[in-house]
Amino acid sequence: MISDVPVLQQSSEPAEGVAAPSRLSRYARPMLGLLLPLILALGWELVVWSGWSNGRLVPPPSRVFATIADLAGSGELLRHIAATMWRVGLGFAFGVIAGTLLGAISGYWSLARRLLDPTVQALRAIPSLAWVPLFILWLGIFETSKIVLIAVGVFFPVYLGVMGAILSVDRKIFEVGRVFRLSGPAMIRRILLPAVLPAYVVSLRVGLGLGWMFVVAAELIGASEGLGYLLLDGQQLGKPAQIMAAIVIFAILGKLTDWLIELAAMPFLRWQDAFGRTKGA
Amino acid sequence: MLALDRVSKTYPNGVHALARFSAEIKQGEIVAIIGGSGCGKSTLLRAIAGLDRASSGTVTLDGEAITSPHAKIGIIFQEPRLLPWLSVADNIGFGLADLLAAERRDKVARALTRVGLADKAQAWPRELSGGQAQRVAIARALVPQPEVLLLDEPFSALDAFTRRDLQDHLLDLWADTRPTLILVTHDVDEAVVLADRVLVMRPRPGRLFDQIEINLTRPRDRNSPLFENFKRSVLTSLDRSLDRSVPDRDATQGPGQAMWW
Repeated sequence: MISDVPVLQQSSEPAEGVAAPSRLSRYARPMLGLLLPLILALGWELVVWSGWSNGRLVPPPSRVFATIADLAGSGELLRHIAATMWRVGLGFAFGVIAGTLLGAISGYWSLARRLLDPTVQALRAIPSLAWVPLFILWLGIFETSKIVLIAVGVFFPVYLGVMGAILSVDRKIFEVGRVFRLSGPAMIRRILLPAVLPAYVVSLRVGLGLGWMFVVAAELIGASEGLGYLLLDGQQLGKPAQIMAAIVIFAILGKLTDWLIELAAMPFLRWQDAFGRTKGA
Repeated sequence: MLALDRVSKTYPNGVHALARFSAEIKQGEIVAIIGGSGCGKSTLLRAIAGLDRASSGTVTLDGEAITSPHAKIGIIFQEPRLLPWLSVADNIGFGLADLLAAERRDKVARALTRVGLADKAQAWPRELSGGQAQRVAIARALVPQPEVLLLDEPFSALDAFTRRDLQDHLLDLWADTRPTLILVTHDVDEAVVLADRVLVMRPRPGRLFDQIEINLTRPRDRNSPLFENFKRSVLTSLDRSLDRSVPDRDATQGPGQAMWW
């Protein structure tokens, strides 16, 4: 009988760590993060409203939102967002495909890693914007060069993430697969893929962040539409409210697409999400 | 019957881990392998499991040579090695992928009840205590009904109470289908509680030093004087195995070898 006691104690311990936080703290905690930006925005609004500043260079939130509403009303905004999203989407897709394939090959096959990885690492060391003049010469100033630039930005974190994840899969877990005599494909499907997935999702999110960064660079260099064009146009015509409107929309889209990846991965990562939550708390 | 015939293993780095280990283990027998560190216990077990190949010598199960993992041989490692992305139930059913879903569910449910974790079926491995996780690992290894189950210091990471509990539990599970158990351990108590026969190994290079039959009926009383006697004889043998001045028992057994002078 005595021997049962420690087992019981041990079993109740992890369960407590996993228990969901109370409803109040679950909603109150993200709200806490909104507090500071809200106070700053309201404060600035008040400063301009009371006439202490004319808000010409730093427009108050109300003027930024009015600009967004104007752009949205004329249908301009949707056109710019669509152009940017299209570029990010395509560039991200190509970058992810290439990064995943090469990363998987390098991770799985050590000969390929020795052949391939030094070159990739050397290319990675080049600041990606340095490619811009070359891409423009090779591919023209239109869509192709932009999409390729974004794909290059996305490629490296995905490549590194996939390769690193495959290399760090626990040999002991592989052995479990061997003991149960899994075939090569079954080993990949039942051991490798699930083991690699968390790191892969992280690398996709990092890649997407870089994709958003590079779309701005690409659109600043030369574009007739897109959110980056709105930035440049706002600078050249002296419309800070338009610049800030574009920035706000970048923030919203970036967060939204990141959240979509997280959401899509969630069902597959349920086994570790509570762990992440307790660690983040 | 599991037959080990002069199994030797030299690693690529030159370490001579195992030298001419021979033994015959009957179906349903429980054998404990005990010895000091570096005596090749784990090397031997991995060779039987087919995870590593012996440099020379053969492992045969019912006449079939074992060179890679085999359906009739299961293994439980020192760590539970559960797959963290599978629920407890799916971990137990991991080796049953060939079965129909209904049949698999049925077997898994029975195994869960048998190891006393029916309420944890849908839990994730990280929510289990060390003892519970090792129970799941035992269930996972037993559910395909292996003829031979290898255990590589399976309880060494657990506290003393949990360890005793699991030792009793293992015997209980063993009685269901009576597979051959080969248990590597460094715990004399554990060896005498579980085994029909204790093989004592000696290190550098790892080889068989001594065999001790444990003629005690089960369940065994850990506090009986007879139990203490067996423990003492295993301990004595273990001590002698580490003493370099004592010659190998094997050295005087083989024909011809006895007359080497």
